[in-house]
Amino acid sequence: MTLHRVRLFARYAELFGAEQVEVTLPPGSRVGDLISALRVLPGGASLPGDPFVAVNMSQASAGTSLSPHDEIALLPPLAGG
Amino acid sequence: MISYLTAQAIDVTALAARITAPERGAVVTFSGLVRNHHAGREVVGLEYSAYDTMAEHVCAAIVGSAESRWKCRVAVQHRLGRLAVGDVAVAVAVGAGHRDAAFEAARWVIDEIKRHVPIWKREEYTDGTSGWVDPTAPQGMIAASS
Repeated sequence: MTLHRVRLFARYAELFGAEQVEVTLPPGSRVGDLISALRVLPGGASLPGDPFVAVNMSQASAGTSLSPHDEIALLPPLAGG
Repeated sequence: MISYLTAQAIDVTALAARITAPERGAVVTFSGLVRNHHAGREVVGLEYSAYDTMAEHVCAAIVGSAESRWKCRVAVQHRLGRLAVGDVAVAVAVGAGHRDAAFEAARWVIDEIKRHVPIWKREEYTDGTSGWVDPTAPQGMIAASS
C-alpha cells in the first residue's frame, strides 16, 4: 500500500477541515481511485462529480497513474483574475 | 526569478516599465479591479488564496507561450490576500512592435490566467456573510463560509 498526501485549498480545505489529508491506496492506483477514497473521508461527500486534481502541478484525469512521491492537490473551481 | 504572485499593491506603471523598450512601439496594459457587486450582491472586499508553486509555474508557462506566439514581452502580477473594492487584483502588460500583437496577446494572457492559474476568491458581502466564487456555477458562487 502507498501513502499519498493530498493538498487541499480554499473551499475544499474548509470541507475537509484540513489543508492536507492522507490516503492509502494499493500500488498502481489512479486519480479516479484517489477521488473515490477522498469521498468517504469526513467532508468528502460534498465533492463535485469530477473534481480538478493536479499531479506534480499539472492537470490530471481520472486515468492518471499515481507514484509514491507525486505532489497531489485537489483544486476547487479556479477564480483568479 | 520573477514572482507572478504578490501580497503588495500592484503598481501597473512599474509593471509596464518592465516590458517597455525602444523597439516596442505598442504597450497594452490590462488591470482587473475588485468590483463592488457580484451576482446581485454587494461586495465589500475579498480574499485571494493560491496554490503558490503551481500558480507561479502556470503563469510562467502562459507568459512564455504568449511571448513566443506574438513576439512580444509580457509582465503579469496577481494579488493574494485581502483586497478592498477598487484594488488592482491582477495586471497584465504587453509590449510588442505593433498594436495588433499587443492587444491580442494581452487578451489571451488574461483569459488563460482566469482559466488555468490555481487561485481562489472568497468574497465578503455587506450583510457580513462570505462565499467562495465559482465561475462554473450558474450563479457564479457557492454559498459557503461564515
